[in-house]
Amino acid sequence: MKISKAAAAAAVAVALALTATACGGSDKAASDGGASGDAKKDKIVVGIKYDQPGLGLKTPDGKYTGFDVDVATYVAKELGYQPDQIEFKQAVSAERENLIANGDVKFVVATYSINDKRKEKVDFAGPYFLAHQDLLVRADDSSITKVEDLNKKKLCSVTGSTSAQNIKKTLAPEADLLELGGYSECLTGLENKKVDALTTDNSILAGYAAQEKNKGKFKLVGLTMSNENYGIGLKKGDKELQTKINAALKKMVEDGSWQKAVDANLGPANYKNEPAPQITEGS
Amino acid sequence: MFDFLDSGQYDVLGAFWVTVQLTLYSAVGSLIWGTVLAGMRVSPVPLLRGFGTAYVNLVRNTPLTLLILGCSLGLSQTLDISLGGDTFKETGFRLAVLGLIAYTGTFVCEALRSGINTVPVGQAEAARALGLSFFQVLTLIVLPQAFRAVIAPLANVLIALTKNTTVAATIGVAEAALLMKEMLENEAQAVFAVFAIFALGFVLLTLPTGLLLGWVAKRLAVKR
Repeated sequence: MKISKAAAAAAVAVALALTATACGGSDKAASDGGASGDAKKDKIVVGIKYDQPGLGLKTPDGKYTGFDVDVATYVAKELGYQPDQIEFKQAVSAERENLIANGDVKFVVATYSINDKRKEKVDFAGPYFLAHQDLLVRADDSSITKVEDLNKKKLCSVTGSTSAQNIKKTLAPEADLLELGGYSECLTGLENKKVDALTTDNSILAGYAAQEKNKGKFKLVGLTMSNENYGIGLKKGDKELQTKINAALKKMVEDGSWQKAVDANLGPANYKNEPAPQITEGS
Repeated sequence: MFDFLDSGQYDVLGAFWVTVQLTLYSAVGSLIWGTVLAGMRVSPVPLLRGFGTAYVNLVRNTPLTLLILGCSLGLSQTLDISLGGDTFKETGFRLAVLGLIAYTGTFVCEALRSGINTVPVGQAEAARALGLSFFQVLTLIVLPQAFRAVIAPLANVLIALTKNTTVAATIGVAEAALLMKEMLENEAQAVFAVFAIFALGFVLLTLPTGLLLGWVAKRLAVKR
């Protein structure tokens, strides 16, 4: 009797906790909707990264800059939204699928590589960019020229990231890999010569190298260690939006805005971008 | 739902084994360091007392993430102190243990100090009357009784420590939280299943600890 009472109490507690979190979620959604109210049509919520210079960055004065932001703005414009009608929302890697599935954002432009597992939960438009896993080294370091060189080197990447896993599992299992919380922390180690190279997508690396405070300190090695096709994530089954975004991306490439955005955001790092990829999703 | 586990890509048990190792090393270390700190805080030497108080209040109120990150960015990357580790794997583990000991030691110290307060003053007075030195009074008379009084609070500290080891993922120690991040990166379609696995793992680690030490606490408590 005593035990069953305890079990019942535990069950109630768990149920309460679950409903409490559920309430939190729906409250937030409701108030978000309420804030825009009848003007709901006039706002579009887009998920981007806040912490990747050159791609998606929220600056201290509250502005958003980067290539992903430019793409998002262009696509939103094609969908009929002016820049002041776009509301950016942070989409950290682990939450992107849920943000989309829950309808918290209309679409996500956040260095989001297209792959089959992700496609189980969301649909993609694009790809709008082709990046490769690459290395960032100190500007005066030329000891790394090919992937095999990595096995004797000290590398740094972000905890759990695909790039880190690629290194550990296939590319250079013998490399001494340090996994830290963010790329900025790796840059400290790179500057202090505690690590020899920082590895992730070349677009992200170029963004860091192009930052004002890092100019001239680092360079990209230019290895093509993987292909990352960045797509725009959207709700599964929303064919209409997918078609519209694809058309917008196509137009962006054709009218030259795409190249302009690449040059403006990633150019300073002497980054040679791949040409705009063919749109493969949704066809 | 859990079929991604069959791929053999993820060594969940291995990751939890690192968590257990982190916990054990840090637990032993913080028990020793915490006892030393508690000794300092009740010692008759003002300098030691002052150091103990300052250390406990400073470290206890610093976020663990900052401490561990400080170990990695400050000690290892800037000051080049790697605690004898050759690879980042070894260095990271040792630095994490250092950070966890520095942090958890303060809680052990405060738990012990409350335990010392449960020992009747007469015990220490009697011991001193027999001619024992402060060190002897502490180690022979007071601490053995104090420890028996604070097993349950120490169990709480141990459980908190077990969960706190997840912070070591921020400096790249390959324990459970780091594997969870990897799995979340790859298995976005099964976010909740991944969470469930790791939540369950930690419950399996901590629940028996609590039950066992609760039982031990009851058995060993000094009946007064």
